[in-house]
Amino acid sequence: MSKETFLTSTLGRKLLMGLTGLFLIGFLVVHVSLNSLIFLNDHGATFNKGAHFMSHNIVIRIMEVGLFAGLIAHMVLALQLTLKNNKARPVKYAMTNGNANSSWYSRSMGILGSLLLMFLVVHLANFWIPTKIAVFNETEHNTFEDMKVVFSKWYFVSVYMVGVIALSYHLLHGFQSAFQSLGMNHRKYSPLVRKVGILFAIGVPVIFAAMPLVIAFGLIK
Amino acid sequence: MSHEGGMNLTLKVWKQKNSKTEGHLETYPVSDISPDMSFLEMFDVLNEKLISTGKEPIAFDHDCREGICGMCSMHINGRPHGPKGGITTCQLHMRSFKDGDTIVVEPWRAAAFPVVKDLVVDRSSFDRIIAAGGYVSVNTGNAKDANNILIPKTDADDAFNAAACIGCGACVAACKNASAMLFVSAKISQLSLLPQGQIERTSRAENMIAVMDEEGFGNCTNTGACEAECPKEISLENIARMNREFFSAKVLANKK
Ligand code: SF4
Ligand code: FES
Repeated sequence: MSKETFLTSTLGRKLLMGLTGLFLIGFLVVHVSLNSLIFLNDHGATFNKGAHFMSHNIVIRIMEVGLFAGLIAHMVLALQLTLKNNKARPVKYAMTNGNANSSWYSRSMGILGSLLLMFLVVHLANFWIPTKIAVFNETEHNTFEDMKVVFSKWYFVSVYMVGVIALSYHLLHGFQSAFQSLGMNHRKYSPLVRKVGILFAIGVPVIFAAMPLVIAFGLIK
Repeated sequence: MSHEGGMNLTLKVWKQKNSKTEGHLETYPVSDISPDMSFLEMFDVLNEKLISTGKEPIAFDHDCREGICGMCSMHINGRPHGPKGGITTCQLHMRSFKDGDTIVVEPWRAAAFPVVKDLVVDRSSFDRIIAAGGYVSVNTGNAKDANNILIPKTDADDAFNAAACIGCGACVAACKNASAMLFVSAKISQLSLLPQGQIERTSRAENMIAVMDEEGFGNCTNTGACEAECPKEISLENIARMNREFFSAKVLANKK
């Protein structure tokens, strides 16, 4: 017995799932704050300065590697956990009434996460790759102009709307769930964590959603 | 006794010969059921009828029929222990259904709970988890004077609430991942909160969780379905406590 190591145990993986999730939440805070600079409506001048800093600063670029590592770990763990979970119930129920005991989004984290991944591929192709190419070639790069080009196309705006909705539901369950996985369930603080989680899961996606919309509708130039 | 206004129902019940064969849902009409009957009594009536017509009765588990043994494991219309919260199948009455209803009854479904026959599943995986550490093996001496060992009221209450778990397995049945964490966390909590449980605290958490994983239960994804369906309303707080117990056992315990 207890041959099981921390990282091969279900609880250890769950902890890592929570930790990487919180790490990615931390990234979202940075991302949403920086991008909100476009709302200054100064033709993206301040925003572009911020974007330039993020793409050139050495510390940020090292952290970027960590970010991808965290993201990949989150996905690999999710895959491992899901595979084990599928094996835990080989014969399915003929009838289930999941809505009677849990929210649909808490049961759909895998689907929501997969949607987010698909969104991310598009998102990286839209902004991250062009920036990387520019940095590599040492050419000037105007991320704000990129945004205007991308968000002038209705199909990209739609993809971004689906992306933020998936993000919202993923966070709605994930935020408070991460604390529970870390063993942080407290009679005084958990209600607060849950409230903050709901505000975060609605607030951040709404701000993100506003970005393509204000540009698509020409409110910000 | 014939009942005026007895209920007529259609049951769709899982029939399965043994763990090696595949099962299927079979339809049984039942008539003249009193709304005051318990769900299991309705099955008794049906079985009597099946036997008297030379058919095979439906195998199902039951024992106390008063919500304390945890044997009656029926997944009713998509929910463990049926449509009501905080009760077991034996405490469910037919008045919770409407005349003419179709009721689907299945066994618990989990790799760690193989079907023995029809609605009967083998839950000895729970016993093996308990055998791995769900006890106190140190000598705790004779019964002490009531106030000799002081225990905070909140701890005593939490331990008592965790100890209410009857090992029915509804948490596993309800969980989309067939995870046993609510059960295991209740069993770990009831001991780790009290003084007698301290000595084996770290090895208990490690060993019970290792067996839980070996038995093939799934991972908890915090959907909360277990808590909502548990007949004893065991709280999710226990799972968070189990996580803490396990992390401190693995990370902080001064051993290899
Ligand atoms: S935790 Fe609740 S549902 Fe799970 S075995 Fe114990 S009493 Fe049954
Ligand atoms: S038969 Fe004992 S709890 Fe239902």
